[in-house]
Amino acid sequence: METLDFLFGRVMPALNEGVVVSIQLIVPSALLGVFFGIVIGTLRVYGTFGLDTAANAYAALFRGTPLVVQLLFLYYGLPNIGIYLEPYGAAVIGFALCSAAYHSEYIRGGLLATRRGQLLASQALGFSTWQSMLSIIVPQAVRRALPGCGNEIIYLIKYSSLAYIVTCMELTGQGKMIATQTFRFSEVFLAVGAYYLLIVTVATFLLRKLEDRLRIPGFGHA
Amino acid sequence: MENTPILRVENVSKSYNGKAVLKSVSLELNAGQHKVLIGPSGGGKSTLLHCMNYLVTPDSGRIQLDGREVNAHSRKELYAFRQQVGMIFQEFNLFDHLTALDNVAIALRKVKGQSRKEAETRAMAELERVGLADRARHYPAELSGGQKQRVSIARALAMDPKVMLLDEPTSALDPELTGEVVSVIRALARSGMTMAMATHQMEFARALADEILFMQGGEIIERGSPAELLAPGAATRTADFCRRLAEMGGD
Amino acid sequence: MQHTLDVLIEAVPFLVGGVGTTLLIVIGGMLLGLVLGVPLAVGQVYGNAVTRRAAGLYVWFFRGIPILVLLFLFYYGLFHLIGLNLGAVAAAILVLGMTSAAYQSQIFRGSILSLSQGQFRAASALGMSNAQAIATIILPQALRLSLPGWSNEYSIMLKDSALVFVLGATEIMARTHFVASREYQHMPLYITAALLYFLLTWAGVRSLRTFERKVAIRGYGRT
Ligand SMILES: Nc1ncnc2c1ncn2[C@@H]1O[C@H](COP(=O)(O)OP(=O)(O)O)[C@@H](O)[C@H]1O
Ligand SMILES: [Mg+2]
Repeated sequence: METLDFLFGRVMPALNEGVVVSIQLIVPSALLGVFFGIVIGTLRVYGTFGLDTAANAYAALFRGTPLVVQLLFLYYGLPNIGIYLEPYGAAVIGFALCSAAYHSEYIRGGLLATRRGQLLASQALGFSTWQSMLSIIVPQAVRRALPGCGNEIIYLIKYSSLAYIVTCMELTGQGKMIATQTFRFSEVFLAVGAYYLLIVTVATFLLRKLEDRLRIPGFGHA
Repeated sequence: MENTPILRVENVSKSYNGKAVLKSVSLELNAGQHKVLIGPSGGGKSTLLHCMNYLVTPDSGRIQLDGREVNAHSRKELYAFRQQVGMIFQEFNLFDHLTALDNVAIALRKVKGQSRKEAETRAMAELERVGLADRARHYPAELSGGQKQRVSIARALAMDPKVMLLDEPTSALDPELTGEVVSVIRALARSGMTMAMATHQMEFARALADEILFMQGGEIIERGSPAELLAPGAATRTADFCRRLAEMGGD
Repeated sequence: MQHTLDVLIEAVPFLVGGVGTTLLIVIGGMLLGLVLGVPLAVGQVYGNAVTRRAAGLYVWFFRGIPILVLLFLFYYGLFHLIGLNLGAVAAAILVLGMTSAAYQSQIFRGSILSLSQGQFRAASALGMSNAQAIATIILPQALRLSLPGWSNEYSIMLKDSALVFVLGATEIMARTHFVASREYQHMPLYITAALLYFLLTWAGVRSLRTFERKVAIRGYGRT
């Protein structure tokens, strides 16, 4: 009884506040991440003048180092050279930059799997290179990349908890605060876990729906 | 005693999703007999052979080995039964992570509990018997289709089976590779091994079979000696089927 | 500038001193993940309705909750509840290992399912029990096929291990944070830490690739 009071009276109001912040972190980060991921992935495959090398280096750097280090760098490191970021801004920038690197990997794979013949065929019809990219190649590559990118968004949801480390009071931060004040770690973090499970399960479901909607018969099983 | 068949299949039925694939099929294999299953694709030959090794559990019917019924609910009995019934698959199913020698030796060690040395000696002897002693250390990916199938025959023989079931042993092979497998099976037949085999190679069937069973739609609809069923001008389904196979450019 | 250099010269050995703890956590976690992940995968592929459901639930739980939350939940909460008083490193190994088991089981499951059914059938036809077939025929192949996925899992866990500093384990990240805050030299120190992690990722992935080649079977693999 007392536990229920604690959960409903104390924990849930705080977590509800936190979950709003979490979603405010996740949605823009995911959108920016996908956008930059497509740009970087495309550069990695079709870039010239060293842009491909730069894009590859970017992906290797962000995939090869922990996200915490990147976040701490943005939040505590940049002030060393006079750049000050709000916790929220640092978190969104960090999440977007990092997940762009992972998205670029799937976009790159999708582009490489899209056969060269497709580009030739569209050029034969008089498409310019840009037109063939936009209307023929990228739509195919995005479909191929979708399962991987979807997975990356699920990861982003979970790693949004790291915003707490740069003092952004989202779901995990709210949980940590109550738990520390009340010393009831099990209940509080089970509740926090339940919130994440809910978000992740719903997001997984929505992403699967999106995949189904974009499915083209016979495509992608080859 | 003389007359107990080695393997006896009685009224075996099997359906998948409500579709009857075997309809009360019966047959007997006496010691040293060679029976050949023929018939159109999808007729139930593979399912029947798999049931005869309990790789597929029949919905109803009985299967007896040496006059003893197998209790399919006892795993122990099932495993013991399968040891005594050798199985050759159309697609070989060699263990891809093991050398030819280990493919033959692994069940001797794990199932029969032989020492590594004992098992390898026996495995080597079986590989010699199928003419592959020099390929003992090769992995499946390094063998031709015909060689793979010969290893799989050696693997089955090493278990000293009382009967061998062969499911289209040459169908997955390039035509020029069937010869080596056919001659191994012929030698096996001459040595007196009891066998049931599904095949589309009519010449082979005719030469080997004591009895041909023609299967279609989950039933054995004709059975008899090759001489009866394939006599020139015989008005049997079997003869008809063979003519059509020949027309399609089969052998 | 001079101050920065001095700090770095002093800090680098200190940070490198954390490599041992980091690797202990990662290797321990990977091995625990392997030991738990294999039965989870086998339970999902070959199990009955109950084991499938239980394994599925386990995977759903550990894949749906952030590492950071799991670390807090187990270290400050559940481990105490069951009377398990562990140090930060041991707790980290347990939590990362249990989480990794969920991911590893998905890798193994995929590999098992990619094997042809004929492999199991042929083993059964020789009289092997299901357990024998799984142990001698299925797993040796599935684990080999899982090595690329495993190497990926290593680099993920290495990065996740940087979160363990929230429990106070003195691995690379904790040491970095400590020096950075004391000297107010965050940027150079985080860059150093990033480099260190980058090197460890590279070295680990490379060793695993060497291992993969060592256990490779001639002509066998994904085609
Ligand atoms: N595991 C299975 N599930 C569903 N249907 C099956 C299965 N195995 C075989 N069948 C069906 O049973 C029929 C007989 O197949 P099979 O025994 O392979 O015939 P054959 O070997 O004579 O070509 C076919 O229609 C096939 O589709
Ligand atoms: Mg068949």
